[in-house]
Amino acid sequence: MTAAPTQARRRQDMTLPLLLLAAVTSLVLIISQHGDVLARLGGLGTFLGNPLVRAVVLSLFLANLLFAYRWRTQPWAKVLVGAACLLLVLPWAGRDNTSLFDTAIQIGIFAALALGLNIVVGLAGLLDLGYVAFFAVGAYMWGIFGSGQIATILKYYGEHAGATNAGTLVIGLLLTVITAASMLFIRRAGKGRAPSRASSISFGLASFGLVAGLTLTGRALLVLNAAKAQGLATGLDAGFFWLFLALSIFAAAVMGVLIGLPVLRLKGDYLAIITLGLGEVIRVLANNLTLYTNGSQGTPPIKSASVPWLDALAGRLGFSPDQYPLFFLYFLVLIIISLIILVNIRLDRSRIGRAWIAIRDDEVAAQAMGIPLMRTKLIAFATGASFAGIMGMIFAAKQAATITPESFVLNQSIGVLSMVILGGMGSIPGVILGAAVVTLLNLSILPSLGEATANMNIPQQVNPAQLQRLVFGVILVVAMLFRPEGLLPNQRQAMQLHEGEDDNAPAVDSIEADSGQDAHAEMASPGLAGREDDERTGGVK
Amino acid sequence: MDLSTLAPFLVNVVVGGLVLGFVYAIIALGYTMVYGVLQLINFAHSEVFVTGAIVGYEVFRVLEPSPMNGYLKLIIALIAAMIVSGGLNVLIERLAYRPLRNAPKLVPLITAIGVSLILQDLLKIIEGLQGRFDLTYTLPQGFSNKFCATGSSCAAFGDTLRRIGVDLQVKDIILVVVALLSLAVLNYLVNHTRLGRAIRAVAQDRVTAGLMGIDSNRMISATFLIGGALGGVSGVLFGMKFGTVNAYSGFDPGIIAFTAAVLGGIGSIPGAVLGGLLLGVIQNLIGVTNVLGSITGIANLAAIDASYQRIGAFIVLVLILIFKPTGLLGKSNTEKV
Repeated sequence: MTAAPTQARRRQDMTLPLLLLAAVTSLVLIISQHGDVLARLGGLGTFLGNPLVRAVVLSLFLANLLFAYRWRTQPWAKVLVGAACLLLVLPWAGRDNTSLFDTAIQIGIFAALALGLNIVVGLAGLLDLGYVAFFAVGAYMWGIFGSGQIATILKYYGEHAGATNAGTLVIGLLLTVITAASMLFIRRAGKGRAPSRASSISFGLASFGLVAGLTLTGRALLVLNAAKAQGLATGLDAGFFWLFLALSIFAAAVMGVLIGLPVLRLKGDYLAIITLGLGEVIRVLANNLTLYTNGSQGTPPIKSASVPWLDALAGRLGFSPDQYPLFFLYFLVLIIISLIILVNIRLDRSRIGRAWIAIRDDEVAAQAMGIPLMRTKLIAFATGASFAGIMGMIFAAKQAATITPESFVLNQSIGVLSMVILGGMGSIPGVILGAAVVTLLNLSILPSLGEATANMNIPQQVNPAQLQRLVFGVILVVAMLFRPEGLLPNQRQAMQLHEGEDDNAPAVDSIEADSGQDAHAEMASPGLAGREDDERTGGVK
Repeated sequence: MDLSTLAPFLVNVVVGGLVLGFVYAIIALGYTMVYGVLQLINFAHSEVFVTGAIVGYEVFRVLEPSPMNGYLKLIIALIAAMIVSGGLNVLIERLAYRPLRNAPKLVPLITAIGVSLILQDLLKIIEGLQGRFDLTYTLPQGFSNKFCATGSSCAAFGDTLRRIGVDLQVKDIILVVVALLSLAVLNYLVNHTRLGRAIRAVAQDRVTAGLMGIDSNRMISATFLIGGALGGVSGVLFGMKFGTVNAYSGFDPGIIAFTAAVLGGIGSIPGAVLGGLLLGVIQNLIGVTNVLGSITGIANLAAIDASYQRIGAFIVLVLILIFKPTGLLGKSNTEKV
């Protein structure tokens, strides 16, 4: 890991070293992925062809971006290195080794997920252990509609139409509109007052009506469209990709609100376990609702959109047609991740961002300052969810062959959480770095460790290929022990805390942190420590 | 099926659920004890518990040829598991949690996850080097017999039990007895000894307890020791109940037990027991809903199979927490400013 640069090193102009390093690593990366050149290089070629060396080279190459961000250089050098690495060198190397694209897209997906979770956990202080559920929603939306699964569903409803007809659609729509309107009315009427028992009961009843209305509408739509099943044998037209890209954001955000409404009243670890539970519920449903998701077998092949001129460009550059979708998705991910970073930076400095931080640091004080707790928390949940939703859809398109519920297990949620905390909670560059480090470890370095040692005479049980959990666990523990504030901690907090200090590691006196009362201790916690006070529920009795 | 056959069936399911619930309850205690003093979800507890199960397996395996009394073997297995798991838990606390006592709360959570991953693979290596992965318990003679089987001295009692639907094996009875004994010991330890009082003081307010002359680090170690020992006991009980364990089998029971601890109100010892028993029964009931569905002829019930068992626990948790946000027996607290 990169050590924190000292003051002296920071003042030096690093333009030249950065450019040199970028050039050298780029060259090595391209050579190491290129089979022909490797063959000609002899001994050096075999060394560079080693999977482990390749993984290390890739990591070093990506580290250029980190250096470009961290080092003190001329601004043009930063832009040059960043653009050249992402837009030229990586696609070039990816042409010879498609798995590079895969890894890069995967890093982008996880960076977006980590940024989303960073809003929920790092800014708003809501520990969410079921975050991957929103990812699953986005993935299955396109996974169902962009594959032959939709035809299967329509066929089933065509055969099991029952009493459903156009009338059902009208009833369903009416029910939806009426219940939604009455829910809004109840909310409006009760504004500014504490909800009475009658109003919450009627609100609950209306929400049941809404669910019934939506179910009826959905069912009627499916039955009425059953005849189209024939034409949809491979799913909706790829042109719908863009519509669904927007829909997946929306659907995941709605899902975030729906899950958030009942559970956001809970605090700390109660929230953690209930979100964990809901995440598992989504996964088990994906596993069991075989009609919609095809269960553990996974969906049929999933389409991906394509942009004609981009494909033409790829063809001109010597990419093979089966690489076009990845080429397209790589650039799509780059665009989306830049947008997400932009949104994050704006949010961080906005009114709502400050409201989140206020809630994280002290809920009661935030409320006293006039921050609507529930609404602010719901916005955090919905925003985080929407990032996961859109990336879920891209994940589905990237997987192409199939998506299975196995991609949405609890360990994924935990993995994303570890990215956020390893990188530095509340810090945008930190979280992205965390995502890159963890993804590289899991997808590139640890598997290649196994490949590289496959020919050595190591007993099966202690083969590194089998011990990814062990290595990942050791890295997590060691990183946390030596850098509990994360690899790139939040600058603002570090600044507030350490005016005039050299060291940017928060040094919190034990008593302060323990009591959780001191202002400094509160600030030092980029997480949930400030809430300790109200979480002492009972203790051991 | 009419009531005269349905009732014994349900009784059997509920009793089986209670037996399972006792295992969950003892695991949940390990979570809740640690949470009580450190407000930390000890994700590594599920591996501490599996370690206990593996130690139990080894003891039973080594002692299999010896003509020793089965109950003596069980006691040796339990004690060995308690020592190893308790020691392991103390070691984990010393290495992975204590250095981070003043770090933000999520940091030890991540190390806990890391330790959990490390232990999973370490356990796999240890057993793997001997060429084993799935470990099948070799229980002493008689443990798998029916409780009060026909022909034994208490056959009449056993027959009555079976008539009302209670059909247990000897090991189920042992399991409940051991669980109740550990609960009694824990209750005595926490509520009636100096050590227990000190632990409770640390749980309530670590700083003030320190000012009163309590060495909070030692008390936290003691809590981890007790919690780990309970994990060891529950591991052996789990192994006896299910017959097979492996290095990764701590995950599911761990999640369910933690859910049980939260359901009962985390930090509360009676709450953990209540939650464990409740989840055990619910899980067993969901496991047979398809049978119930086919008995009663309700098609929707018949479609729910055992794969819904795990989310059944979570749905109950969601419902209960919505109405009682601090769990069944958790103290509701007003926020201090």
